[in-house]
Amino acid sequence: MSYQTTIRARQHWLHLPVKEIADYRDLLFLLVRRDFVAKYKQTLLGPLWFIIQPLLTTLVFTVVFDRVAQISTDGIPSVLFYLCGLLGWTYFSQTFSTTSTTFVTNAPLFGKVYFPRLIVPLSVTISNLLAFALNLGIFLGFLAYFKLFTSAGDAVHPTTNILFLPLLIIQLAATALGVGLWVSALTAKYRDLTHLSAFLVQLLMYATPVIYPLSRIPTDWQWLPALNPMTMIVENFRLMFLGQATASAALTLLSISVSIILFIAGIVLFQKTERTFIDTV
Amino acid sequence: MSQSIIEVRGISKSYQLGSIGATSFSDAISRTWNRMLGATEGAQSFEALRDISFDVERGDVLGIVGSNGAGKSTLLKILSRITEPTAGEITLRGRVASLLEVGTGFHPELTGRENVFLNGAILGMKKREIAAKFDEIVDFAGVDRFIDTPTKRYSSGMSVRLAFAVAAHLEPEILIVDEVLAVGDAAFQRKCLDKMKSVTSLGRTVLFVSHNLGAVSSLCTRALLIESGRLTLTGTTDQVIQRYLNSGNRKTDCYSSASEGQHSQIVNAQTRPAGGTFGEAIKCGDSIDIRVDIQLPHKSSNVKLGIGIDDANNNRLLTAHPDCDPDFHLKPSSDRIRLSCRLERPGLVEGTYSLTFLLMVDGKLEQKLEQCMTLEIAPGDFFGNAGKHFTGRFLVDQTWSNETASLSPRHTVSV
Repeated sequence: MSYQTTIRARQHWLHLPVKEIADYRDLLFLLVRRDFVAKYKQTLLGPLWFIIQPLLTTLVFTVVFDRVAQISTDGIPSVLFYLCGLLGWTYFSQTFSTTSTTFVTNAPLFGKVYFPRLIVPLSVTISNLLAFALNLGIFLGFLAYFKLFTSAGDAVHPTTNILFLPLLIIQLAATALGVGLWVSALTAKYRDLTHLSAFLVQLLMYATPVIYPLSRIPTDWQWLPALNPMTMIVENFRLMFLGQATASAALTLLSISVSIILFIAGIVLFQKTERTFIDTV
Repeated sequence: MSQSIIEVRGISKSYQLGSIGATSFSDAISRTWNRMLGATEGAQSFEALRDISFDVERGDVLGIVGSNGAGKSTLLKILSRITEPTAGEITLRGRVASLLEVGTGFHPELTGRENVFLNGAILGMKKREIAAKFDEIVDFAGVDRFIDTPTKRYSSGMSVRLAFAVAAHLEPEILIVDEVLAVGDAAFQRKCLDKMKSVTSLGRTVLFVSHNLGAVSSLCTRALLIESGRLTLTGTTDQVIQRYLNSGNRKTDCYSSASEGQHSQIVNAQTRPAGGTFGEAIKCGDSIDIRVDIQLPHKSSNVKLGIGIDDANNNRLLTAHPDCDPDFHLKPSSDRIRLSCRLERPGLVEGTYSLTFLLMVDGKLEQKLEQCMTLEIAPGDFFGNAGKHFTGRFLVDQTWSNETASLSPRHTVSV
């Protein structure tokens, strides 16, 4: 018998529906497409918005934090410094804010038809990777311009660490998804968090070295911000592309371990909530 | 292949009564605090389903019958994996698709074409399966001119048709259907029923929940009766429907007032087939007695009682009223009167109707009981032809004749 399903109470606490997700891969791709396409339907500039947002943010940061507040960028041209920092951060905040409301926004759908619920946040994670790729392209364009045509570009030295880029992107996606799953499971029950999470993301950005370099923190205390996995992700992006960052192997390992824990705990919590959440909404 | 396609073993489901679990942090904290102080949990649990077990064989079309709140929908939700049982185990040997609502997951910004694929995938179809059936689906829905228009520009009828077309072209081994036939107009409902019939004739296994007993009896081969969360009967559709109609557990087939007041009110209302006992099942073709006990604060000879009969779509089919019987005169009586009304073979087809009562005393509206009880009409033999009747909502006694007359040429044109 090709299809056999058993439904019973309280399945094992760590139940990864890998086979089921594989069965529903067509749905996954269609959802990725929907997420990407529907977002900018009936807009004049369409997918250009994926690019405009980080560019405008970089402009604001340059004016506010570089020109007015004069926060150091470790000698890196400020536009490159912020663009590079925003690369990982934009992906995180967008993926987090969408996945963290998975249960609440999809309750009408989840209440009517079964499919592996993990498909929905997974599709968001993947469709945001497309936006990430666009941003990466823009950043590389700026990087090439600064390197080739300006003297300020001399401070920038892309390193061979760039070979680890795929791994760093996996860590970034796993972290954003893991935290999003956590919060989505909690908001399914406690709606307080929907109000809190948008605010927390804002605060977390200041706790992550997006607008300042980690080198501003005394060396003895750098492990503390590194507990936030986004800290080392952002710093490692800078190390790869700009060659100027505080990214020791120890801090990176710490960050990776935290990411793995968040990811696994997020999946466990999500799967636990998935089973009966429809009784509580 | 001797194994059943669906095996249900000891399924129970309980819910927390009251506010379902803690819904905010402060609530969670106060609950935890109370528990630490040794207080017992205030919320009681409610068992929506208790120890349900049954088997479904390949090719069965199984109806699930029960009154509102009996637990039918909970059972379907568990079978379609939307929620988990509290105890028990179910084995499903085949691909399952559940149709708990038409049009689940349509995205208004996407075109009809994109939505067909997305909706099909949500229902568990593979992309190539959808592609293979795409033309058929669009054709069935009749929206081919608009297939590349965003569905937000569709009329609601078009969306529903397209959504049903996708669902109707699913090819699962097990299909779970809940009340989808309740949407749309009469023509659309008939189209749904026809499609359901053709699906079942292909040997699929179908679980079907509906309040439309006519649909259940025409589609299903076997049925389950669920009463207050328990499975009380498994049998042929006729047996189960008969038992359901006769069961005294249903609170809705009669009315009793909750309060003892001094004001004018209807105390009690019951129905029976003429010549039968109260509470007995009424079949299509029976005359119906409706008996209503009324309490009055003082004697009155001006009491008017209107009895409205509505169909499942809330259309008022008829109103019975004492003024409709010129021979009727109310006897001036004490503070409690009993009115009986006989509807002579009302010609209602089988189905569920509801009764509305309107009480006027001395020209003043005293009470309106909107659809306070149901009137269940079971399949029966109206015409004396072994129960045969044709499409329509009403049955009327008919006299047919056949004369041999010389047929004059029609349309004679005179100049």
